[in-house]
Amino acid sequence: MAKPLIRKHQSTINYLRKYWSLYLMLILPLAYFVVFRYIPMTYIQIAFKKYSIVQSVWEMPWADNHGFEYFIKAFSNRDFLYALRNTIMLNLLDLLVGFPAPIILALLLNELPYKRFKRFTQSVAYMPHFLSWIIISGIALQLFAPSTGLVNIVLNRLGFESIPFLNDPKHWVFTYVFLGIWKNMGWNTIIYLAALTNINPELYEAASIDGAGRFQKIRYITLPGLRSTIITLLILNLGHILSSEFDRPYSLSNALVHNVSNVIATFVYTYGIRGLQFSLTTAVGLFQSVVGVIFLLAANALAKKFGERGIW
Amino acid sequence: MVKSKSGRTGDLIIAFICFLLILACLLPMLNILARSLSSSEALIRNEVLLWPKGWNLTAYKLVLSDSKYTWSLAWTAILTVICTFVSMTMTIMCAYPLTYSKLKGRRFFNTLILFTMYFNAGTIPHYLLYKDLGLLNHPLVLIIPNSLSVFNMIIMRSFFYGIPESLRESAEIDGAGPVRILFSIYLPLSKPVLATLSLFYAVGRWNGFSDALMFMNDRKYHPIQLLLYNILKSVTSIEVATQEGFASAPGLSDTLQAATVMFATVPILLVYPWLQKYFISGATLGAVRE
Repeated sequence: MAKPLIRKHQSTINYLRKYWSLYLMLILPLAYFVVFRYIPMTYIQIAFKKYSIVQSVWEMPWADNHGFEYFIKAFSNRDFLYALRNTIMLNLLDLLVGFPAPIILALLLNELPYKRFKRFTQSVAYMPHFLSWIIISGIALQLFAPSTGLVNIVLNRLGFESIPFLNDPKHWVFTYVFLGIWKNMGWNTIIYLAALTNINPELYEAASIDGAGRFQKIRYITLPGLRSTIITLLILNLGHILSSEFDRPYSLSNALVHNVSNVIATFVYTYGIRGLQFSLTTAVGLFQSVVGVIFLLAANALAKKFGERGIW
Repeated sequence: MVKSKSGRTGDLIIAFICFLLILACLLPMLNILARSLSSSEALIRNEVLLWPKGWNLTAYKLVLSDSKYTWSLAWTAILTVICTFVSMTMTIMCAYPLTYSKLKGRRFFNTLILFTMYFNAGTIPHYLLYKDLGLLNHPLVLIIPNSLSVFNMIIMRSFFYGIPESLRESAEIDGAGPVRILFSIYLPLSKPVLATLSLFYAVGRWNGFSDALMFMNDRKYHPIQLLLYNILKSVTSIEVATQEGFASAPGLSDTLQAATVMFATVPILLVYPWLQKYFISGATLGAVRE
């Protein structure tokens, strides 16, 4: 009875002697996740409590309406409802227009026979991804300025009226989506181009011998080869339908378009950090996170139903 | 393979579309560059399209003579270097142990880490935590809270997985410990991914401003992007422009704006071509995550 125990003990000591440095290495990263990712989760209870600056989160009194006071307040707040609408609207438009764009570009690049030109196109198209939204908004402000911007100068010279790209809600939404495509279309092709390298080239040759044209090859070889990548990314994007970027709407917005540019992230910033309504904005954040997870799970289940691998 | 005539026409059409795309990416930058180098009179007369008119460097001189700018550029550069170093160290320390299949508790650690990718506490809980920790308005708030990205860690880990285990085993037989193996085998073989992730972290810090906007009230520690944002927003109101310290000669604010945009962009454009050959492989690795 005693012998195996000792041996087990011995092997644990050996194991630790060999691998203790790995655990030592992990201490800092794990501490990071606990402190900066998990401890903030304990602050979520503020959503259900009356915030008080002198008490710790555990001591604050519960909010009215069984703790749901601030959720009710959020949903009767006009700004929040606008923010919710705008978040969904902008994300859906991004999905509708922005999602197919890199797929189309990847197909084009894949068809491009001039190798050096292809590489050059890629280099240039990836570049905007590395510019911050502030820089892009700076460029856009100058480029789209009503009377002094390049685009409107050209439009005027061609005899058209100036377009208020960033100063009118309808046009702003268009510009917002367009700039998103401008920034990320090239970069997002990388993942599709990687998937395309996995397609067996013999398939194309066989198809050519059978007399298939360019579109037939795209339809029957290239697109099926991209299918699972497309679906995985679609799931992730659907899961993010309620998550909102901050940098992009915040740097592009102005007083004239506040109706459409105010999203959940900017709402939380103005009401929470600027307005100090911590309980309300924590409730909004929690709502956003929970709905996000639900959407992700649902989209994943849907993908599995269609026979795809999903993300888990 | 011999191409049919229609096939070649198709190729040319595709090449032309790609050419338009290149223009769409480059022309805006060219326009800003031209504006930053033009005289303010030429700007007011709407003469500047892609080539500078009334060539002068006034805007650049103004920026460089303003200590607020030069300090902000220097501070952002320092911050970027520190953040990249800290983040890379953290990422390696997190990814490397997790590649040991024998490591006890590996599944638990993985789950603990991956869960944070899908569920986030939200901005305000983070804000209140920083407040409790005394990080608010402290320069460290721009370094520590986002020093480890799960996404980048996964890229690093996938790359480590790609290194043959036999290399590690033979080193273990020779008596090398995990740390020694990391430094003498794994890191030297991982240069492409190290370059890629460094670029990601560096660009993220150089471009980031929302953390400074939310958690840092001290203007001294504002990174260049936030300064740029304040300037962009100030153009509409002369008052703020003068507050930011600029003489408000008409049209000058436009060249100035363009010049500041160039200052914030040029460092990225400078490193971009050098690292390009690396990051494509790195980004692809991230795409094919398990």
